[in-house]
Amino acid sequence: MKAIVSVIGKDKKGIIAKVSTALYEMNINIEDISQTIMQDYFTMIMAVDTSECPLKFDGIVDKLNKLAKDTHLEIHIQLQSIFDSMHKIDTDKKGL
Amino acid sequence: MYSSNEIIETINMISQQHLDMRTITLGISLFDCITDSKQRTCDKIYDKIMSKASNLVKIGNDISSELGIPIVNKRISVTPVSLISAASKGHLEIIRTLDRIADETGIDFLGGYSALVHKATTPYEREFLLSIPEALSTTNKICSSINVATSKAGINMDAVALMGKIVKDCAYLTKDKDSIACAKLVVFANAVEDNPFMAGAFLGSGEDDTVVNVGVSGPGVVKTALEKCDGDLTEVAECIKQTAFKITRVGQLVAKEASKRLDASCGIVDLSLAPTPVIGDSVAHILEEIGLESVGAHGTTACLAMLNDAVKKGGIMACSNVGGLSGAFIPVSEDAGMIKAARIGALSFDKLEAMTAVCSVGLDMIAIPGDTSADVISGIIADEIAIGVVNTKTTAVRVIPVYGKKAGDTAEFGGLLGTAPIMNISKYSPSKFISRGGRIPAPLHSNKN
Repeated sequence: MKAIVSVIGKDKKGIIAKVSTALYEMNINIEDISQTIMQDYFTMIMAVDTSECPLKFDGIVDKLNKLAKDTHLEIHIQLQSIFDSMHKIDTDKKGL
Repeated sequence: MYSSNEIIETINMISQQHLDMRTITLGISLFDCITDSKQRTCDKIYDKIMSKASNLVKIGNDISSELGIPIVNKRISVTPVSLISAASKGHLEIIRTLDRIADETGIDFLGGYSALVHKATTPYEREFLLSIPEALSTTNKICSSINVATSKAGINMDAVALMGKIVKDCAYLTKDKDSIACAKLVVFANAVEDNPFMAGAFLGSGEDDTVVNVGVSGPGVVKTALEKCDGDLTEVAECIKQTAFKITRVGQLVAKEASKRLDASCGIVDLSLAPTPVIGDSVAHILEEIGLESVGAHGTTACLAMLNDAVKKGGIMACSNVGGLSGAFIPVSEDAGMIKAARIGALSFDKLEAMTAVCSVGLDMIAIPGDTSADVISGIIADEIAIGVVNTKTTAVRVIPVYGKKAGDTAEFGGLLGTAPIMNISKYSPSKFISRGGRIPAPLHSNKN
């Protein structure tokens, strides 16, 4: 399934390394990545594909929550469809 | 790919502005459970609901996890029980069955202990209505709604008179819990058949066998959007529309996915802006953001009319089927801004009644003095129902005459039901009017003046 990982927090070394390592360990492929500094905060958006990940979605959420706690970052993973539905008009045909 | 701003906007709506799905409500028809035996009817109801809804909570939680958005309540609505129990007279047995189902499925509320008596009350329906206080005071999650009027049938004033007494009985039987049974009882005019919101949810006779109806929330999102809007009221309305569109799109997504996973038909998205007592999740604060010193000020009805209309206009394009109560809710005890305004005297009972003429749904979650008589409650119901009947809209009354408390005291209901300052009402009696009984004829629907 296509999902969006968003990482928000104070800029520091190794954020991309840690998040991409965690995703690699779950066999999640990163398809696109962008990062900016917004209002002094590091913001990274990753488009990922979870279809080869052996975990269920809530398992992925748990792993990333743990990483978020350990690194003091805000990390979310959400299916792409929520962003499609909110920000695009013509994508209603797709399900989750 | 999306811009970072779009992603962050969505995340902030959820994490900071309390955007949530208020409820996934699974409607289940019970018509195929009717028998003339109390036991067999209950067995069939149990088997049917459990076969359709045993996964409801898990599916709701899964979707919530995948989309990263809270789905606050998972609820069930059923065919009005008075129709299902009429052949067996087994309504009291059915209430025990429904209570057991609510516990075993882990859902938050089950609605549909209901009767449709808008034109007349049959002898059995009267017996059913009289069982409501026991049903609501001996269960926690069951909700009841009674339709006493429609724009086509007029107002069944015998039922209105009876409901005044029933509300009082509900209050007395739960006197140790601030009369909380009344919070689970709604009296309707023009009740809708696909409402996902409690306490008024039931599945109408024209609906499919199993249907998913979804209720969105998000007053905090609208308020935050308006904080950045300095324009005139046309721009304010536009801002509300755009925000409502985004909120409702998520509702549509959840409704589609939940119906697929529950193997039910995809019913409607209810566009209502439903507040909670949490700070930052208030409809009153939206009205104040538009420019009122406090909700209840002169100008409140106009602001609310615009809000209600703009929410519908934004939401209607966002989803395929809109239904339910769709509008802005103004439950006093469930909205931090309403609670404050009622407490400082800025918001009166009469102003609330005026506000209900331009929004969904009615006099909702209003605590009134415990010594209010049944006739006065019937008078309150009659007034509100008349607004709905004449204006061809749904209106409802959910008032709580809090046993042992007087105006100025506070009632605590807890959770989503919140806290209610007890409001002053008129001291004068409508007793003769209420005791006349009969039916107020359906109003003329032309020559609108």
